[in-house]
Amino acid sequence: MAEALPELAAVHWRRRVDADKLARDARLWTGITTAHVVPFIAVAGGMVALNPLAAPVSAMALAHAWIIPELYAKRGANVVRPRGRRDEDAEHRSLGLLGDLVDHRARELHAATGLVIEESALGTWLVGEAGALLVAPGGGRVYCYCVRAADPDLPSGDRIAHLLLALRADEQGFATVANLAFSGARWRLRRRLEPQLRPALDAAAQNARERDGTDSPV
Amino acid sequence: MARLIRMDQTGHTTLAEWTADNPEAVEAAVEAFRRELDRGYYGVVTTGPGRAEMVRQLPVDADLVIMRAPIAGG
Repeated sequence: MAEALPELAAVHWRRRVDADKLARDARLWTGITTAHVVPFIAVAGGMVALNPLAAPVSAMALAHAWIIPELYAKRGANVVRPRGRRDEDAEHRSLGLLGDLVDHRARELHAATGLVIEESALGTWLVGEAGALLVAPGGGRVYCYCVRAADPDLPSGDRIAHLLLALRADEQGFATVANLAFSGARWRLRRRLEPQLRPALDAAAQNARERDGTDSPV
Repeated sequence: MARLIRMDQTGHTTLAEWTADNPEAVEAAVEAFRRELDRGYYGVVTTGPGRAEMVRQLPVDADLVIMRAPIAGG
């Protein structure tokens, strides 16, 4: 068995992330979302039922029911938001090294979106500078992880390479070290991603569907 | 020729280069590797497409050994 990430020592209390843990996290996030949305919808319906003149208040309650999950999704999308560029030479060198670590398809997708696609046991990953998205098999659900290299002054390619190498060395450990910022429907996350990042999510979802044998849009 | 590099603010820095039949170069690379471990870096080698492995000692037969900084949840 490959060596576990040494960084796990800093989060020793966490349960190691595997498929069961991901399923549990998914249920938890669905429950949280439902707990936020259902009361507002109930209030909206109840207000109108009691007094039709309360329709504006009902509309506000419905808006809350919509906005809260969207804010969660925005938090998830932020984990792969591009960071600022630094020294041009350093950027160039770091991108050269990153290019050596990935295949042609991943290089092309990174050039277009800034994210590196990586197929692994838990699903299809999109690795960014300070976070990663895990598209679950089937492509319908996405987990957004906030994780980054300790050195804040690294160029963008090295930031990604740090995460990519850690992911490849110990995928479950990588997901355990990272902080889960959001888990939810891909369509909800996609709306909150910056437009240039969306093709990467589409590619990862396509990959996840093909692996799962459900090659149809979700 | 095998290389030991560190990902850093310059993109990356080559710390040592060696061939297995040059004991002095290997020794210098091993020393450089240990120095980076002491500084808190971790050694990684790629072991095939999509695979990598953490190493605590310099794998002399590897083509490329990469030193990376720790990662942490943001």
